[in-house]
Amino acid sequence: MKKLLLVCLAWFFISACSSTHTSTYQQLGGQPKIEEIVDNFITEIEFDSVMYAFFKDSNIDRFREKISEHICMLTGGPCEYTGDDMEQVHAGMNISESEFNHGVDLFIAAMTKANIHHTIQNKILAVIIPTRDVMIYL
Amino acid sequence: MAVIKTNTVRSNLCKPWVFFLCLISTFLLVSSAQAGDGKLIGTAGLNQIEGSGGGGLVPWATLAGYDSQEQISVNAFTTQVQLDDYRLNVLGVSASFYDRVEISLAQHRFDLKTLGGEIKQNIYGLKYRIYGDIVYSTWPQVSIGLQYKKLKDGSIASAVGATNSISGTDIYVAATKIHLGALAGFNLVWNVTARATRANQLGLLGFGGVNNHNYQIMAEASAAVLFSRHLALGIEYRQKPDNLGLGEDDWLDVFISYIPNKNLSFTLAWAELGNIAGAKKQKGLYLSLNGQLW
Repeated sequence: MKKLLLVCLAWFFISACSSTHTSTYQQLGGQPKIEEIVDNFITEIEFDSVMYAFFKDSNIDRFREKISEHICMLTGGPCEYTGDDMEQVHAGMNISESEFNHGVDLFIAAMTKANIHHTIQNKILAVIIPTRDVMIYL
Repeated sequence: MAVIKTNTVRSNLCKPWVFFLCLISTFLLVSSAQAGDGKLIGTAGLNQIEGSGGGGLVPWATLAGYDSQEQISVNAFTTQVQLDDYRLNVLGVSASFYDRVEISLAQHRFDLKTLGGEIKQNIYGLKYRIYGDIVYSTWPQVSIGLQYKKLKDGSIASAVGATNSISGTDIYVAATKIHLGALAGFNLVWNVTARATRANQLGLLGFGGVNNHNYQIMAEASAAVLFSRHLALGIEYRQKPDNLGLGEDDWLDVFISYIPNKNLSFTLAWAELGNIAGAKKQKGLYLSLNGQLW
C-alpha cells in the first residue's frame, strides 16, 4: 500500500516537472478560447442576481475587451492590459469576499462550458486569482 | 433504581448537544447571517475524527463549512472506523462563524469488540483562524485550536495506568495551503499541524501515564491531490505519544473524498492505527459522511 502510494506520488512529480514549458495561454487554446470563456462568463453574470448588480451600469463591450486582454496577459499571451487600474475600477463597489468567490464559481462554470480541461482551468485560476487583493473591500 | 440511573446517563449525554444546538440557533437568529457558500467547492475540508475542521485524523487550519467573511455555516458529521479488535463511532456538529472562529462538539463511542465494553468521551473544540486563506493568500492559512476531551467513565483509562482518567486538553497550531494547478495541473493541498497533548489514544485511554505525564509536541501532516472539483485523494500521518508504555503507534491513513456539492461529502479511508492497548496492528476502513446544514 505504502509502496504503491510512493510510486503514484513519484509519477506525479515526474510528470509535473517534465511537462514542456508552453504558456497557459497556448495550452488553453489562445484568443478564440479566451473570448469563448469571457462570453460564457458574461452570460453567467447576466443570469446571476448577485453578480448582475455590480454590472448593471457597466459598458459590457468594454468589460469584454478589457477582461479578455487581462486574461490573455496573465496567462502569458501576446497581449497588454490597457484597461484602468484594477483598484480604481473596483473602488466603491465594496465587493465582499463571498461575492468575489461566487464570481470565481461563475468563472469556473464559464470555463467548463468552453470545454477547458480541469488541469488547464486550475492553471488559469492560479494566475487570475491573485487579483482578488485589488478587488475586494474597496 | 436502574431506570433512574439510565435516565440520568441519557440526560447527561444529551446536555452538551442541546446546549450546542441552542447556542448555534440563537446565534443564527440574532445575527441573520447568510448561510455559508462563499468558498470554492472542495476547499472547505471536512470534520476530522475529533470534530474539528480538517482532514480525517488531523485538524487543519481550515474551518469546517463553506462560510466566508460575512457568513456562518453549520455542519454535522458521522464517522466510523472499523478495526480488527475495536470500532470507533463518532457523531458531531460544528459551527463556523465568518471563516474566523469554529466551535465543535463530537462524541466518541469506542466499542471494544474483542474485550467487550465501550468507552465514551465528548470532545469540545474551538479554533481561531489567525492568518490567511487556503486558496487566496500567498502564505498558508494558519489557525490555532484546542480540543477539550472529557471521558464519561474513566475506569478503563485508570485500569491501563492513565495518570488522569477524567479529562484533558489538546492545543494545536495548523498551517494549510492549496496550490492551484501545482501538480501537473491538479490542485495540491498540504497541511502540517503541531499538537501539544497528553492524550492516550485520542483520550479514550485517559491522559498521561507511567512513561510520561507531561505535554508533548506531536507532528501531524496531510497531503492530497484534487483530481477534480469533486474528488480528492490523499494521505495523512499523526504522531502519537506513548505515555502508557503500551507501545502506542503513530497513525497513518490513505483517503478518498467525494464532494458532490457544497452540502455533502463522503470519505473513505484505509487507516493503519498500529498497537492499541495491547492489540497489535489495528487497521481497517474509515468511513465518514459530512453534511452542511446551514
